[in-house]
Amino acid sequence: MSAVEIAAAVRSGERRAIDVLEEHLARIDEREGQIHAFNTVLADDARAAADAVDAAVAAGGDPGPLAGVPIALKDNLCTRGVPTTCSSRILEHWKPPYDATVVSRLRAAGALIVGKTNLDEFAMGSSTENSAFGPTRNPHDLSRVPGGSSGGSAAAVAAGFATLGLGSDTGGSIRQPASLCGVVGAKPTYGAVSRYGLVAFASSLDQIGPFATTVEDAALLLSTIAGHDPCDSTSIARPFPDLRSGIDGGVDGLRVGIVEELTDVEGITDEVRDAVEAAGRALEKDGARVDRVSLPSSAYALSAYYLIAPAEASSNLARYDGVRYGLRVDAPDVETMNASTRDDGFGAEVKRRIMLGTYALSAGYYDAYYGQAQRVRTLIVRDFARAYERFDVLLAPTSPTVAFEVGARTADPLAMYLSDVCTIPSNLSGDPAISVPWGAVDGLPIGVQVLAPALQEALMFRVARAVEAVAP
Amino acid sequence: MSDGSARISRADVEHTARLARLALTDTEIEQLTEELGKILDHAARVSALDTTDVPPTSHPIELVNVLRPDEVRPSLDSVEVLAEAPVAEDGRFRVPRIMSEEA
Repeated sequence: MSAVEIAAAVRSGERRAIDVLEEHLARIDEREGQIHAFNTVLADDARAAADAVDAAVAAGGDPGPLAGVPIALKDNLCTRGVPTTCSSRILEHWKPPYDATVVSRLRAAGALIVGKTNLDEFAMGSSTENSAFGPTRNPHDLSRVPGGSSGGSAAAVAAGFATLGLGSDTGGSIRQPASLCGVVGAKPTYGAVSRYGLVAFASSLDQIGPFATTVEDAALLLSTIAGHDPCDSTSIARPFPDLRSGIDGGVDGLRVGIVEELTDVEGITDEVRDAVEAAGRALEKDGARVDRVSLPSSAYALSAYYLIAPAEASSNLARYDGVRYGLRVDAPDVETMNASTRDDGFGAEVKRRIMLGTYALSAGYYDAYYGQAQRVRTLIVRDFARAYERFDVLLAPTSPTVAFEVGARTADPLAMYLSDVCTIPSNLSGDPAISVPWGAVDGLPIGVQVLAPALQEALMFRVARAVEAVAP
Repeated sequence: MSDGSARISRADVEHTARLARLALTDTEIEQLTEELGKILDHAARVSALDTTDVPPTSHPIELVNVLRPDEVRPSLDSVEVLAEAPVAEDGRFRVPRIMSEEA
């Protein structure tokens, strides 16, 4: 059952939230041991929330648009009194004293939080193998990764442990695992969703977004969590539309551009390229005008990203100093305590990025690395602006390949970084993008990406819905 | 270092680790010297683009200072916050000595 169907059935009294929840908990019991989607399963809390929803319905009230819908939260979203680890030793035992804004909104909407999901430590990675608590496996093939960094949420939705999931996307961390797990995943416009209570990685790139099995469910979830929040001064101060209205409007007359540089990117497999071309032909049949478009600077997006994101991360992660929360390694003086705590508490990839960012920001290198990357970011923004003069939306691959084997890219950081080559441009520009499943090769899902201009989520979901409707 | 081709040295890594407050082991320093060199070679591709007169983008949306009225509002409970501290004492975070003997 989709989230839309569950919420309708629960609100009308046709189904009880507790029964919906128990079905999901039974699936968790059955397969979680193999998949390891969760860091924490919150069965009792979810049952209490389900009982409250059922009581509200029995009393004639309306428990909200996500009434009785089980949802899995990436473990970098703060949940009051519940461990929020970021899959890091440094936060292993930390219980936030507050809820993230998205979490408050989910509770108010009647959603049932079934657990906190595994991720690459501090959301740094593309396979969920960089977790201090062990990797998550792809539900479609346990020898493969689920993608990352929000691999736990993607796997939880793909395995039916939860109807919906939330992740965060800094360079593709929602869309890439969605693609590899065969579910829908969207990164909204920067500022559409409050980041209050999302543990920061790279603040100018991070966005929270939905996982779902259908485009309409993703639209429902995003509509519920989006909108201005005074606690996040970068959240956009204007009303966010209900994305479900008009979602079935089709693509007749729309101009769709297939991004050349991303569709012909180094390392892309034939199956993935064919999927994007096939999606384009299908939209053409539905009345869209489809052509190829060039974003010349997007070829440099990955390089710019691996200067900008680590630079911001090195600053954001300075807060883990063993003083106010999290791990402390004792030492006779404060500087040694800071440095020993950080060396013990952070995993290899997090240290690599802190080092990279600190170096890129340090005296003598700042302008050649960080400064130049920011100017390249401007060129990428301009490329998109030019493309959107001729096109309403763009199509691209989400990931150049299907899910890879566990361990295949762990020895080579650059090979891992290339997993995000098609998703990173949208983070740099701040524009929204969504991955929609498009068939599979040998049982391994492929995703096609729909990109749209800033704040054009309604249009993006309409096109995504059309892609979903014709997908194999 | 303007063309991005110079490799990062072991001394650079040690200096950067000190700036980043990371007590790296010898093995980590060795490995990072190698890995950061490779990553920076890739990242330095950005220098291939002509960015004369291109302003930097630090943020995808226009940012302005957001101010709120200077009113008293509820804040996090200090007992709850200090309960998450590694060591707390008398309503404060306790840390090891900050000044060294010779300072």
